[in-house]
Amino acid sequence: MNLVPLYVAIPLGVAFLIPLLGTWWKKSGEVLSTVSTALLALMAILSIGAPAVVLYMGGWKAPVGIALVQDGLSTLLLIAINVVAFLCIIFSLKYMTEYTGLRKYYSLFMLMVAGMNGVVVSGDLFNLFVFLEVASIASYALVAFGVEADELEAGFKYLILGSVASVMILFAVGTVYAVTGTLNMADAAREIATKFSGPDMNPALLLAAAFFLMGFSLKAALVPFHAWLPDAHPSAPAPISAMLSGVVIKSLGVYAIARIFFTVFGFSPDVASSGIIANAILFFSVLSIVVGGLLAIGQWDFKRLLAYSSIGQIGYVTLGIGVGASVLASGGTRSLAALAILGGLFHLLNHAAFKSLLFLSSGAIQRATGTRDMKRLGGLKERMPITAATTNLAAFSIAGVPPFSGFWSKLIIIIATIKAGHPAIASIAIGMAFVTLAYYVKVQREVIFGDVGAAVVKAREVPAAMYVPLIVLAIVCVGFGLLYPVFGDRILEPARDALLNGAEYIKLVLG
Amino acid sequence: MTVYFLCAVLLTMGLYCLVAKKNIVKKVIGVVIMDYAVNLYLIILGYKHNGVAPIISKGMSDARLERFVDPLPQALVLTSIVIGLGVLALMVSMCIRLYEKHGTFDMSQISKLRG
Repeated sequence: MNLVPLYVAIPLGVAFLIPLLGTWWKKSGEVLSTVSTALLALMAILSIGAPAVVLYMGGWKAPVGIALVQDGLSTLLLIAINVVAFLCIIFSLKYMTEYTGLRKYYSLFMLMVAGMNGVVVSGDLFNLFVFLEVASIASYALVAFGVEADELEAGFKYLILGSVASVMILFAVGTVYAVTGTLNMADAAREIATKFSGPDMNPALLLAAAFFLMGFSLKAALVPFHAWLPDAHPSAPAPISAMLSGVVIKSLGVYAIARIFFTVFGFSPDVASSGIIANAILFFSVLSIVVGGLLAIGQWDFKRLLAYSSIGQIGYVTLGIGVGASVLASGGTRSLAALAILGGLFHLLNHAAFKSLLFLSSGAIQRATGTRDMKRLGGLKERMPITAATTNLAAFSIAGVPPFSGFWSKLIIIIATIKAGHPAIASIAIGMAFVTLAYYVKVQREVIFGDVGAAVVKAREVPAAMYVPLIVLAIVCVGFGLLYPVFGDRILEPARDALLNGAEYIKLVLG
Repeated sequence: MTVYFLCAVLLTMGLYCLVAKKNIVKKVIGVVIMDYAVNLYLIILGYKHNGVAPIISKGMSDARLERFVDPLPQALVLTSIVIGLGVLALMVSMCIRLYEKHGTFDMSQISKLRG
């Protein structure tokens, strides 16, 4: 049985059912979204190890019809999206009670999940754009959900920049269609590989690649396209910050960059222009690592610190992918490219776990103490032992303390970078890993340990519905650090192979 | 070629309006101009002089077949216009909310977050 369309159909249907049933069923949002995200997370986890599947919508074979594809890379993203979404919904049940209009919240949340799932299973460029817009519009509204002055301003900024990104992506989609005459990704990849190969890429395709890179980098918040993120993430409600940082910027940004450039455009030493694209990805990644890390140190707002840290960590993810791309583009060995991509994808998965954990913890802390100003926090382990412990674990993981998960993924990325012949970039990455450690030590000193802060005195541990997702994510973080042999060859390696073997994707979709 | 150039000019005008204007309503108009420049671009891609609707019927001459326009860009633009409308509605409603909070549409007076 082919379950791929359900990843889109279930959340989309639930998103519209919630307000419909809401008039006579008050808890429609809570119940329906919990059940459906649990089901989606289960479906995603059960699809581990299954062979790649394609569904042709309406029975029209590609390239005429729209294809939905679930290969290794899609499975990796589907697991991250749906598991994080489920835990965020559980967290929301208690956390969101202080807001009004909850049915709208759950409805928008499910729309966002539907959009992201759609992006990662879509095999069609325009379809990808449509799902990207569905997820983006829902996330604009969710960032401004508090409708206070700050939330609205952050939401408006995100909305304007996000719309510019969408315009760029649509322009690029149109250009690819004009050149290749197809919107199906596999078909476009075949056209580009057969008709437009050669030392110089078709200039129109290069323009499209530039617009794709700008548009998706804006969605992924890579420096210098990051201006919306440090405002949007702290302003959103905590579960939405966790979703934005944990999965939205990855599925709309990093996944799309990886899929479009590896699968559709392809990196090969015969095409000189593909080296330019790889170098551009590397350049943005290094800028993100440096700028995100350095700006994070000076922050005293806990969520704003986490937001800047997201920029830096996304830089590591794209660095792994970019090194892989540059190795392929310069004709290096495939095993080295595979190592770099594996590191990037591993960091993507780790970041989804520990950053959503950190943002949810920040929400729990804000709920219990009423502040996220780190100067007024401190000594949290006395008053909120569970939240303090999970925050601590996540901080260890993201700072790259061995044997936690962040250490291994950063290590793989840095080793691959050195072996690929970029010692300067590798030393920057190592240096900034220590900066990451520095600002998470600051988090530990100011928030978890130390004297009990002014705001913490009366704080009590949050209810179980809020700390259970934290504990689950903390276990996942530890698991990613210690149990690579268990999940690595089932989740990460198929995803890596999906990126490396573009030809197999073409064969899969076009038959 | 001129039409593509004019399309790019329209896109740049939208971007200029977005970047240079302080009034948030004008920024919204800038985004919409950019959006429509890209829609126009897609439509131009599918344009054919003296084109006819691509409906196949029995006994159709080859000459008519060659005059078929490409229907796909039009389908894309229809979708894109609907999406643009949704985004516009959200942008305008946020503008109204911002005006309620601050009593002004001037971004430099609204802006407190540091980015």
